[in-house]
Amino acid sequence: MAADRSSETLIALHRFGFGARKGGADAREAARDPRGFVLAEFNRGLGSPAPGLPASVDLPAVADQQAKRDQELRAAPPNPATKGPAPPNLVNEAIHAEAASWLGFGHAAPSGVCERLVNFWANHFTVSAARGGLPRIMAGAYVREAIRPHVFGRFADMAAAVVRHPAMLTYLDNHISIGPGSKSARAGRGLNENLAREILELHTVGTGHSQADVNALARMLTGWTMAGRDGRLGRYGSFVFDAAAHEPGAQVLMGRSYVDAGENQAALAVRDLAALPATMQRIAWKLARHFIADQPPRDAVDALFATLRETGGDLRAVSRRLLTLDACWRAPLTKIRTPQDHLVAIWRLLNQAPEPAPRAQQLMARMGQPLWSPPSPAGYSDLDADWATPNAVKVRYDVVVEIARSRRDDPRGLLQDAFGPAVSAATRDAVMRAESREQGLALLLLSPEFMRR
Amino acid sequence: MTHLLSSTITRRAALASGAALFAWSFIPSFVGGGGSRDPRLVVLVLRGALDGLIAAPPVGDPDHEALRGRLALTRSGENTAPMLDSFFGLHPSMPQFARLWSQGEAMLVHAVATPYRGRSHFDGQDVLESGQAGPGRVDSGWLNRALTTLPAGERIEGPARGLAVGVTTPLILRGSASITGWSPAAVVNSSDDLAQRLSTLYGERDPALQANLRQALALDAVARRETGDLPRSGADAAMRLPARGAAKLLAADDGPRIAALSFNGWDTHANAGAARGRVADLLAGLDAAFHEFEKGLGPQWRNTVVVALSEFGRTARVNGTSGTDHGVGGVCFIAGGAVAGGRVIADWPGLRQANLFEGRDLAPTTDLRAVLKGVLADHLGISPAALARIVFPGSDAVRPLANIIRTA
Repeated sequence: MAADRSSETLIALHRFGFGARKGGADAREAARDPRGFVLAEFNRGLGSPAPGLPASVDLPAVADQQAKRDQELRAAPPNPATKGPAPPNLVNEAIHAEAASWLGFGHAAPSGVCERLVNFWANHFTVSAARGGLPRIMAGAYVREAIRPHVFGRFADMAAAVVRHPAMLTYLDNHISIGPGSKSARAGRGLNENLAREILELHTVGTGHSQADVNALARMLTGWTMAGRDGRLGRYGSFVFDAAAHEPGAQVLMGRSYVDAGENQAALAVRDLAALPATMQRIAWKLARHFIADQPPRDAVDALFATLRETGGDLRAVSRRLLTLDACWRAPLTKIRTPQDHLVAIWRLLNQAPEPAPRAQQLMARMGQPLWSPPSPAGYSDLDADWATPNAVKVRYDVVVEIARSRRDDPRGLLQDAFGPAVSAATRDAVMRAESREQGLALLLLSPEFMRR
Repeated sequence: MTHLLSSTITRRAALASGAALFAWSFIPSFVGGGGSRDPRLVVLVLRGALDGLIAAPPVGDPDHEALRGRLALTRSGENTAPMLDSFFGLHPSMPQFARLWSQGEAMLVHAVATPYRGRSHFDGQDVLESGQAGPGRVDSGWLNRALTTLPAGERIEGPARGLAVGVTTPLILRGSASITGWSPAAVVNSSDDLAQRLSTLYGERDPALQANLRQALALDAVARRETGDLPRSGADAAMRLPARGAAKLLAADDGPRIAALSFNGWDTHANAGAARGRVADLLAGLDAAFHEFEKGLGPQWRNTVVVALSEFGRTARVNGTSGTDHGVGGVCFIAGGAVAGGRVIADWPGLRQANLFEGRDLAPTTDLRAVLKGVLADHLGISPAALARIVFPGSDAVRPLANIIRTA
């Protein structure tokens, strides 16, 4: 196999996807036509979520119900001698169901390119379950409701959906932000700039804005909240605009003036921010950094930026541009897979069915990347240096040794399933010469080919 | 007596050592002559292919020194091997085995091999453990099938019951007979060999990952020293400590009687060493394991047989990296108070070029199944018919080797 075809195979499988699955069909298809393998799946688009997952609007009530149970248990602990098995924790059940759906998507796709894009955008617009409370129980539903529908839509629509989602509003405290000049204003309750700041710093332009801009956007966003338990403003758990908390008056953001149009004031501002060249420049760069290299080639970033600008932020168009850029099919695979992607790749290669959610979540947490739980609104790091630390490499080593020890797969067959003909002689030899199946499997799952994307 | 073994298995324990003990969940109920037979059988699987020509060098073979070059053990000099008889020596790092030998409680079978003639560890281990004539049939292991022919007595309710979580039962003990596993709580990192191989691979393909891995392993070693978490490392502790724990379990009246452990790291392609070095360290670990079984089993040692075997041997000639490659004929160690020891069993094929298997390996002249059939027949009383049909299917032509077990 020619060197470039061989490297294109790994690029198709690893740069753009989750790696080949057991059985060898994915690796064969990727080797036969690397670019076609990725594009075919891209053209098919995203799979639909399994029916039956609760909508985020129903989740606050679930959290309340569990809190009530916890309270009752504390007030009257069951007799340890007579108690049966503990009743299931409703919050954990909801989270596991959502995680199972996510794992199912990762397992079902021949390449995984569309799901990789979902994960990219979910990380760009982070809601972290690590915050606890409603963001914890809603993080998965948030991705399903605010991110997935727009991965092949317009960036501005995704931004709009994100900013009004209760998970984001509660994660970044906007649900309690009160206009100082509004009817609801009173001592001790006021403006919260958290969401406004992250929209500017993380979701859109990134730089070039001032504290005054943050303040103006925060004022425009006052009143954007989630309906509470009392149902006074609307259905509990749904997005509502609370006019009484909204700061009256026009605001100036990034040199543009916005008259007070209630809910529409911030909606318009977010749409404008999403369309600014600085925003497009930034997401072009982030896409290139994620899929190509920590220091992406300048012309690749320029090409993505041009597509975004020409199409008015069409994410299908920019994603297609990315997948057809020659730079993407030439640049060496230098980034280490994130722990989540490494684990998903392992499960795809070893398992017929998706890994059960509780165990999968446990392993992701142990590897340092718990599901939907980045350490800050900036999301998980996208830099090789942050994931390829000595400690992280050792944890992966330990986890892989543990996985290998619990299996009896023949590493010779798995080499073929994982890479087809596109494996280096060094890795093939190391696996073939291993002194046992378990050692061979560990070497395969820790090999540079398997780790880099 | 339970301090060495923990019923709740720590993550570290499951990770660090492959040497979990797996045993039959029942005590066999033999009703025989005096009704007092209480045999114990332990099988040690040495994964990676033990080099039999360094473990038990045929010092008396005129072609030995020339073939082995720098790896040769000799009658005198820097790499002296104590002599077991006028022909075979024993590796100097196995003084306990030598002592057992002189007490008549240890023996060797040389130029031995399973029916497998290929050179793949994966397939070789499948044949060794499945007891089948060739690779590919891996649904059950010969030791498990041997258990199905024994009369099951009481279930083991020992003090340290607990499944070895996350570690699969090795093929040799897999099958329909119920198996219980234990992991020693005090374990050592026995996967140094994997780390070394991975580091070599990273060195060729990914220097950045290599630097990270090296640094992590160095830090880990320091942490282990500092916390006393894992007191020792290296081959000695990797085999000694699991054997010590296993022996205590096996010694108990309500403990397991038939068990297997595997020890990794025998695939010595480079820098194998002679009197000192990598193989010497591994053999010292194995020697320590035999000693721990002898000590720990106490009065039960006289009822015990410990067999150490490997999937195949290594090339007779030294390779270009001062090691040896995958070969065929090898050696099998047998020790225990029930063993009629003090002997080497070998139909020695000789090391002349013309006598080497495919011109490169010690030719196998004894079928390992004959050795194991001899042990199973005379120690556990399994009938020749069951051995030929159930335990080692299709091995009618392979006659059990007599006189391995002492007659009381």
